[in-house]
Amino acid sequence: MHPALFFIFGAIAVAGAVNLLVQRTPIFSALSLVAVMGALAVLYLLLGAEFIAFVQVLVYAGAIMVLFVFVIMLLNAQQPESSHRSRVARLVGIPVVVLLFMEVAGVLAATYANTPVGFSGRIITVQAIGDALFHQYLLPFEVTSVLFLVGVIGAVMLAARQEPPQPPEGRLPRAQAAGHGGSGPTPEMAAALRQPARALGGVVAPDAEPHAAGTEVKSR
Amino acid sequence: MPLGIFFLVSLVKVVITLAVLLTLVAYVQLAERRIVARIQSRVGPTRVGPSGFLQPAADTFKFILKEDITPTDAHPFLYVLAPVISVVLALTALSVVPIGGTFHLFGYPIQFQVTDINVGLLFVLGVTSLGVYGIVLAGWSSNSKYSFLGSLRGGSQMLSYELALGLALIGPIMLAGSLDLRQIVNAQNHIWYIVPEFVAFCIYLTAAFAETNRIPFDLPEAEGELGAGYHTEYSSMKFAMFFLAEYVNMITVSCIATIVFLGGWHGPMFGPALLRVFLPVIWFALKVAFFLFLYIWVRGTLPRFRYDQLMGFGWKFLVPLALANIVVTGAVLSFH
Amino acid sequence: MIPLSFYLILGAILFSIGVAGFFFKRDIISIFISIELMLNAVNLTFVAFSHFWHQAAGNIFVFFVMVVAAAEAAVGLAIIIAVVRNRQTLNADKMDLMKL
Repeated sequence: MHPALFFIFGAIAVAGAVNLLVQRTPIFSALSLVAVMGALAVLYLLLGAEFIAFVQVLVYAGAIMVLFVFVIMLLNAQQPESSHRSRVARLVGIPVVVLLFMEVAGVLAATYANTPVGFSGRIITVQAIGDALFHQYLLPFEVTSVLFLVGVIGAVMLAARQEPPQPPEGRLPRAQAAGHGGSGPTPEMAAALRQPARALGGVVAPDAEPHAAGTEVKSR
Repeated sequence: MPLGIFFLVSLVKVVITLAVLLTLVAYVQLAERRIVARIQSRVGPTRVGPSGFLQPAADTFKFILKEDITPTDAHPFLYVLAPVISVVLALTALSVVPIGGTFHLFGYPIQFQVTDINVGLLFVLGVTSLGVYGIVLAGWSSNSKYSFLGSLRGGSQMLSYELALGLALIGPIMLAGSLDLRQIVNAQNHIWYIVPEFVAFCIYLTAAFAETNRIPFDLPEAEGELGAGYHTEYSSMKFAMFFLAEYVNMITVSCIATIVFLGGWHGPMFGPALLRVFLPVIWFALKVAFFLFLYIWVRGTLPRFRYDQLMGFGWKFLVPLALANIVVTGAVLSFH
Repeated sequence: MIPLSFYLILGAILFSIGVAGFFFKRDIISIFISIELMLNAVNLTFVAFSHFWHQAAGNIFVFFVMVVAAAEAAVGLAIIIAVVRNRQTLNADKMDLMKL
């Protein structure tokens, strides 16, 4: 049972990660990452880390990634045209990534090849985590709470900025803003792209857009 | 319990739960129409069947027979995915909710619950927190300004009130010393947590209204200003899925409120053995019905919040109050 | 029963894909998402080791990673919103000034 579940959800995680890499629009990358997180949560359960598994779903997938999706929608983000530097990155990056993977995986595989793990009913309970967190790791816990406070203040300061010199257009050109990229244009999308006024990603009327976006950011 | 029997029992439970739940959703909706009509001095649906009793069936047929429209500029994949996400997550969350004690059938202990996990409350919170994807993706993919505004509102509202909802549940969790829904119920043998944790109960109830996008917090759909909010462009069965998800979510938060604050299935026990098996379920159902009635009652009587009032109320009032409640609960517990 | 190395290699695969995304993606949000993927990959190895050594410490560390990731997302996304508002681009190559 354990190997089967591991391979199924490991495959989902890898597939999600690969999809994250090849998708050209950020929204699909974000959704792929949510799938990866869900698969990882199941793996955490297999490893007996029930608290972490559900906190993963609750905090990571349910709050952090929602924030990502939210910002992507707000900015109507799409893949920018590739520049010279991205070709360089590809040229240098692929060998570096492959080397990194070979090295890390090689070392790990050699060291931990004969160490079977399985679901033995041994669970790291919420009590154990709370115990460790509030005794052994109390100082780091308090420090992270300060970090959180700083983060909240920073986010509010940055997002609720005073009005920039010209009213924020905040949007990429309509015709480019075809937020729904993916796997090549479908006939409908191509048709829509030919008429810029009805661009795909342009979900809100032009005059309503900056106002709505601004209000949302400030009220958060 | 052997694995085969475990799967068989689980399958039967899932089927029963789904059947009961879908019927319940249909009749909660009928009850809502009738009660709101009473509040507004109307009669409500009475024509289909005896005093409108078959109205849900008629509504279902209407949903199935309506034309299923996909807007030209909508994203084809996400547009379909959004309602599916909503309804699947809503149904999943209910799978860990226990509605009664344990009884024995052919020597096997059977629980009134699809599955029992140690951290049931975390599971429910986690799964319902994913429900926001359904709303956000629906608004984004249907490519209409009303949908988009509705989903922006819905996303930020659900993120904000999830915080208050979770914090309100911390107090009872501290009292019970467990995240297991069954143990939380058993810990309320002597006193229901609504008494010591009344503040938390009020916070939970308010935040639950916001989480399920019901009046007075129904800004994501706000039919007066936004068409129908995030599901403006949806029709037919896709709309029915959002509808179903909303009502199932209502039932889920009502069940959690019952379990955490109203002592779950505890109540007076009497009668023969068979009755004693099902009496807890009846008590549980009555308590959930009370919350569902409250939802409908509030819908019939309260106006909608303004958006800035909504966010201000959540962040500046409910969250600090919930934090204070946790501090007080902790202080009282440590002095005992 | 599967060897611990399977979990670790899965983590390595996810981490490498995250690094690749960090290199190849040009828009700043996708770069950010790749970083989150890397954090998740590391979390998996933490949990695997935590299970292997029977210690809660690994889980605690994952908890801290999540907390920091949450703070990072809040501030990072706020920065992204501010930058994109002022420069109307998401392309990381075009954000080459040390000011907004």
